[in-house]
Amino acid sequence: AFFWLVSLLLASLIWFVSVHLSDREDAKLQYGLLVFGAAVSVLLQEAFRFAYFKLLKKADEGLATISEDGRSPISLRQMAYVSGLSFGIISGVFSVINILADSIGPGIVGIHGDSPYYFITSAFLTMALVLLHTFWGVIFFDACEKRRYWCLGLVVASHLLTSGLTFLNPWYEASLVPIFIITLCTGLWAFFTAGGSFRNILKCLSCK
Amino acid sequence: MITFMNNSDSEEEPCNERTSLMSAESPPVPSYQDGLPASEAGEAQAHRKRRTGSSRSPNNIADGDMSDSSVPVRESALENEEEELTLKYGAKHVIMLFVPVTLCMIVVVATIKSVRFYTEKNGQLIYTPFSEDTPSVGQRLLNSVLNTIIMISVIVVMTVFLVLLYKYRCYKFIHGWLILSSLMLLFLFTYIYLGEVLKTYNVAMDYPTLFLVIWNFGAVGMICIHWKGPLQLQQAYLIMISALMALVFIKYLPEWSAWVILGAISIYDLMAVLCPKGPLRMLVETAQERNEPIFPALIYSSAMVWTVGMAKPDTAARGPSQQTWDAAEEGRENHRSPSHADSQMSETRSPVPTRPITSFEELEEEERGVKLGLGDFIFYSVLVGKAAATASGDWNTTLACFVAILIGLCLTLLLLAVFKKALPALPISITFGLVFYFSTDNLVRPFMDTLASHQLYI
Repeated sequence: AFFWLVSLLLASLIWFVSVHLSDREDAKLQYGLLVFGAAVSVLLQEAFRFAYFKLLKKADEGLATISEDGRSPISLRQMAYVSGLSFGIISGVFSVINILADSIGPGIVGIHGDSPYYFITSAFLTMALVLLHTFWGVIFFDACEKRRYWCLGLVVASHLLTSGLTFLNPWYEASLVPIFIITLCTGLWAFFTAGGSFRNILKCLSCK
Repeated sequence: MITFMNNSDSEEEPCNERTSLMSAESPPVPSYQDGLPASEAGEAQAHRKRRTGSSRSPNNIADGDMSDSSVPVRESALENEEEELTLKYGAKHVIMLFVPVTLCMIVVVATIKSVRFYTEKNGQLIYTPFSEDTPSVGQRLLNSVLNTIIMISVIVVMTVFLVLLYKYRCYKFIHGWLILSSLMLLFLFTYIYLGEVLKTYNVAMDYPTLFLVIWNFGAVGMICIHWKGPLQLQQAYLIMISALMALVFIKYLPEWSAWVILGAISIYDLMAVLCPKGPLRMLVETAQERNEPIFPALIYSSAMVWTVGMAKPDTAARGPSQQTWDAAEEGRENHRSPSHADSQMSETRSPVPTRPITSFEELEEEERGVKLGLGDFIFYSVLVGKAAATASGDWNTTLACFVAILIGLCLTLLLLAVFKKALPALPISITFGLVFYFSTDNLVRPFMDTLASHQLYI
């Protein structure tokens, strides 16, 4: 979470500087800068995820050397899950908590002509984003571990794609549906990366 | 307001000394490193862990005896084991500290967001006499710096006074002071807090019920904190009084002064603990020399720590530990319920002097807990509370500060495990917290707001 926050900080610093250096009045330019800022933020997040992976790897080695049986008490998969989850939680919380706080107060959604489904779509989008971060974390760490760099590239690309799809809001059909499809696919990919298989599911369901 | 100010004067003194004291060292806990050579043991005693983590034994003599009699081969094995255990239990300690710090912050933030009393400006403490309502920025900055200087000097004077009292063994005076200040906190501040909360939620309450509730709360609190009580109840009381104190600071410190004070106090903390002539370090070393726990009423303990020197399975060492136990019993406030367990355990230990050292170590590790000074709780909560109060109603800032403080605490505990020395817990967390507060408020907030208004997600 801390790493995600630092990445957000740097990204917003870049955006802030760029906004101040540019023309305030030009709406199109501002929007373009926003897009730029969002893209930079995505790239920075992935960079910090990588940095976090390196840090955890070092810690893992340290734990393994001093533990009794030569293996660390936390497996890399668990660490990947936790790191993805924490990235997801902090990004989800940052995206949604102000909206939640405002939703308690008096007001009418979409009175200025925006969509009246703002709150519920925000909720769904946040949920998708949290899940996606978790899945990306698992896949990312596994890809770094096995040095499959095309997997890494695919994760970064899908993050960019998801963020880009949100730019199509409020055309919700075009943004929500693809994002959920991406979430499902990434989830399945992460599941198989983490070692799951159909047999495991069957075993789990039949409680063996 | 004047009467309140007077009250707050007298209670501010103990509170100030309390906060600065909070950097006090944890009570001595015997080392399990019986295999260490005598020099290392001596060094370990010289550098005591500051407020957190496992501590080494104050029993110089005992360690010397033990190390002389132990096999040298076991030293390295014990060292390795000890390192691994330190790291393993280090992680547990971190979690054990996260929960109370989080709880304290949650209480403070919840109160700030709901009860408007604590965000209204209703005057200032006399420790910060310069007002911040000045028209120019430079004047405001100057006033806040002057306020900070006055506050920090008050804290320094109080700390030095306390250290002198401790050095010259004026225990009754210190006891009385502590009891008075906790009385004030438990009764007066709780009364005000309850009053404001009831006002906010428009709940009608009659005076007899109020009196009964506050009397019970305060009396149980006094007993729990200064004498004996269930550990969790005592922890809960310590968290509550830290939250109350933090709320008072948030209300009565003007904005810029609060930030400058936070920065200055973390620098002071750093110097007071690490410099050889720092008052807190002298306090720690004096307590160490006398084998006494330091002011148990002002330190949060997260587990059943044996506050008195635990008896070694060696009859020679039983002597000094028995003495410390007696000294503690008669002179000091030993309020932990494990104190009962202590006396019983020390008695059960004496018939087992021949027990192998490894099993003794195991038992000790399980009982070891973590200690953090209450002043740290207070200042962390002040930072997060101020962020909640003044960050234009933004939750992101509050959350960012919260995460920053917790990460700072983690890093501090890590450094503690690495250096095995007394360390101040304020600087790293407060620096992170301040950096994150100012950057989130000014940089991240406009970015996230613009993104959210277009419903863009990153």
